[in-house]
This record gives sequence, structure tokens and C-alpha cells, in this order.
Amino acid sequence: MTDSVAGISGMIIEKLLANPKVPRDIDGNSKIVEDLAFDSLAVMNFVMEIEDELDVSVPLDKLADIRTINDLAACLHTLKVAHA
Amino acid sequence: MTDIFAKHAGLREAYEGLTAASPRNPFEVVIERPISASVGIIEGRETLLFGTNNYLGLSQSKKAIDAAVETAETMGVGTTGSRIANGTFGLHRKLEAKLAEFFRRKHCMVFSTGYQANLGTISALVNKDDVLLLDADSHASIYDGAKLSGAQVIRFRHNDPVDLEKRLARLKDHPGAKLIVAEGIYSMTGNVAPLDKFVDIKTRYGAYLMADEAHSFGVLGDHGRGVAEMQGCEDGIDFVVGTFSKSLGTVGGYCVTDHDGVDLMRLCSRPYMFTASLPPEIIAATMAALEDMQERPELRIKLQENAARLHAGLQKVGLKTGEHVSPVVAVTLETVDQAVGFWNALLENGVYVNLSLPPATPDNRPLLRCSVMAAHSPEEIDRAVAVFGEVARHFGL
Ligand SMILES: Cc1ncc(COP(=O)(O)O)c(C=O)c1O
Repeated sequence: MTDSVAGISGMIIEKLLANPKVPRDIDGNSKIVEDLAFDSLAVMNFVMEIEDELDVSVPLDKLADIRTINDLAACLHTLKVAHA
Repeated sequence: MTDIFAKHAGLREAYEGLTAASPRNPFEVVIERPISASVGIIEGRETLLFGTNNYLGLSQSKKAIDAAVETAETMGVGTTGSRIANGTFGLHRKLEAKLAEFFRRKHCMVFSTGYQANLGTISALVNKDDVLLLDADSHASIYDGAKLSGAQVIRFRHNDPVDLEKRLARLKDHPGAKLIVAEGIYSMTGNVAPLDKFVDIKTRYGAYLMADEAHSFGVLGDHGRGVAEMQGCEDGIDFVVGTFSKSLGTVGGYCVTDHDGVDLMRLCSRPYMFTASLPPEIIAATMAALEDMQERPELRIKLQENAARLHAGLQKVGLKTGEHVSPVVAVTLETVDQAVGFWNALLENGVYVNLSLPPATPDNRPLLRCSVMAAHSPEEIDRAVAVFGEVARHFGL
């Protein structure tokens, strides 16, 4: 399930929805800061949760280019492939 | 024309919401003047100071004051230059030698602030080919130093050696140097880092370890050398960074190490090179305060007793504090409104603490950050605890 971008994106959404404050209608194109109202610290802390799931570490500079859930999924997928 | 301030719209909204709900602006508290280390005049009233970092009370050290006055009279009040140009006086060298001796290290570099010590050390030690592993709750100066360095930055979970090890293991094929950065005592929560466990890990993975002992220098360890001394792992810490702005009561920062390579840091650390050096009277006061600290180990014992007294007192009145007994005692509240109301009530009742708000706090909760001093009397601590208790009851906590 976590070996494709779509699979990772689905896993991220599932984790996000576990937080009751996150809007129910999010999808892969939702913007993390604008649509989910995450500040920079909340983004870093959320990424930490997914890192464990995928056994990768995301360097902070990579987060700068990420806007949507799908961007994050693509970034994690690239790191996972590189690490495998 | 693009409005250059448009990017601050979100910040403005948060700021205005907060200040509208508060009888006074929490970012603009003025200590009109200190009367002693533990009491200051705020809003015309004598107020107990429980929100300074003046752990040993040395901002009011007689010895330091005399040294500053005498030095200002004989040498003037500034150097008007950077360390690598006209800004190195004999006194800078003397202070560096004194600190190296105090920490039992070969080298010491002094910076104009602790903030710059972190910027200048981190940015000179690593570059884009290297990896920094930062405790997630690191101080802004560590994050900013990381940015300035251009190194890859990986955060590990706060105070979590298992998480750190997992992340180092993932980097096993990375060819760059790895530098782990942790603090001794965390400034917001008072948590103490497991530096001894980090030393074990860094040794096994061939990484370097830097400890920022800003809040633990002069405070922990039998001689005041910090958490590393207390945990008996100084040999395993490659670089110790810290500040004079807390336990020594002046201003300035340092980095001490046994690595000879730091000599060249004086020629490539931009926050060291491109700013004016510390003025002579500050150096003189800092050296005198360091001597004061060494001659009066009882200050550290008193500080620990006071920390334990405040920590236990706040818990007894039913408030939620961190588990570590350290001179930083943070009371965690649930909502920002609650914290703002509580903080105002404390000040109106003569107790000044720091209101710390997310995102500057861990896990999104507001904190009332208290710091204890050796100079507090038991009565002053009991009085502060009593006020905390009354306000908590008033708010139904
Ligand atoms: C952990 C830590 N490092 C560095 C600093 C910066 O020290 P300074 O006030 O000397 O710039 C501080 C305090 O502000 C701190 O809490």
C-alpha cells in the first residue's frame, strides 16, 4: 500500500482524518497550510508521524517545496525508493 | 506595487486577537527597574521576578558591577570592531583562556551573543554535504544556524535516543559528516537531555555531538559545567555552546572544544567575523561573574533547593508541570485564552512569569514559564505558589 505515490497519499489522508480538527473533505490536492490550517511546526510534527510508518527521514529543506498532500506523498515515495 | 507587509496578515490577526483579549500587551511588559535580583518595579508595583534567566542572581553581582565600572573607566565602553579586525582586545583572549580552563577544554571562542554562538558554530562546522540531526524542540538559534549552514536537517523526537539512533541508521550510507545537536536544559519546559545516551549513540555511528548548555551552565554539575558534567559524559561531547546571558547575568556566548580544527573557525564563521566584538566592560563583568560563580558553589545548591520547592509547590496546588525538577518550571495550560487570563492575574497580584505561546512551545499548548533563582527566598517562592493557587482556583483549574 505504501509502495506507490497514490498509496502513500491515501495513508496520509487516513492519518490526517484521525485528527478531528482536520476538515472531512480533504483529498490529495488539498493544500496542507491553507486548507488544513497547519502552521510550520504542525507540518513538521505531522511529517514525523509518517516518517516512522515509512522508515524514512525527510530533511527539512524538502518540506519547503511541498504544498499539497500529493506533493508530500511524492516526496516520501522518492525518499523511500532511494533508501530501499 | 505589492504590499511588502501582506505576508504578515496572519500574524497580525493572531496578534490583534491576543492583545484584544488581554488587559495588557504580553509582549510589551516593561521592568521599569530591578530593585534586587528577585524583585523589580512593573507598572509602578514591586513585583516578584519569576521570569528571568538570572539563575544565580549574578546580574546584580557586586564583583561584576565593580569590574565593569573599573574597566569602562580605564578602557572605554566599546571595541568598535569585529574580532578579526580591530575588535580583539587582551580581555577577549583572557576570557577565552578562562573559559577553556573552566570547561577543561583546549579551545574557546567567544561570540557577541549566545544566539550568534549557535549560528557561528553550526554554520562553520557543517555545509551542504553534511547532515544535522536536531532535537525537534531545539531553540530558534539552532534552527537558524542550521539554515545558515545549508546542511541537510533532520529532526529527531525530543529527548528520544531510540528515535535518534533510527535516523542515524537510515543515514549509514550518507558520505557527509553528521552533527547531532541537543540542549542541556530545554528553555521552555526545563526538560533535561539524556546527553550520556546521545554520547553512546554518536560513538557507535561515528557522528559528532554538540550540546547547547545555555540554561545549564553554572546551574547543573558539581562545578557548574552543565548536564554533561552531571551525567559524567563530557569526554563524549565534541562541542559545548552556551551563553553568558543567563547564569552569568551579562551578555555573550561561547563555544568550547578539544578539536584543534576550530582554529580556522575564526576565519570562516560569519556570525563571529562580521559583527562587533563584546565591549570591554562586559568581558570584565563576565570574568568577574564566572569567578563569583566558582567561589560560591552554595548558589547552585540554593538554586536546586529553590527549584524543588517551586516545582513541588505548583504540583501541590494542582497545576501541571514538567517531570524534571530544574530551574525552569513550566505550567502547562490547555488554551491560549486561559493562559492569557492566568498570566494577567499573576502580574496583577505581583508575580511576573513568562507567557509562552505556540508555536514557540512544544505540542501546541501554552505555558506559563517560571524560572527560579538562587536569590529567591523560601518566602518569595511560597508567596508565588500561593498566588498561583489562588488564580488557579479563580479560573476553576
Ligand atoms: C537554548 C538556548 N540557546 C541559545 C540562546 C541564546 O542566548 P543569548 O540570549 O545569549 O543570545 C538561548 C536563549 O535565548 C537559549 O535558550
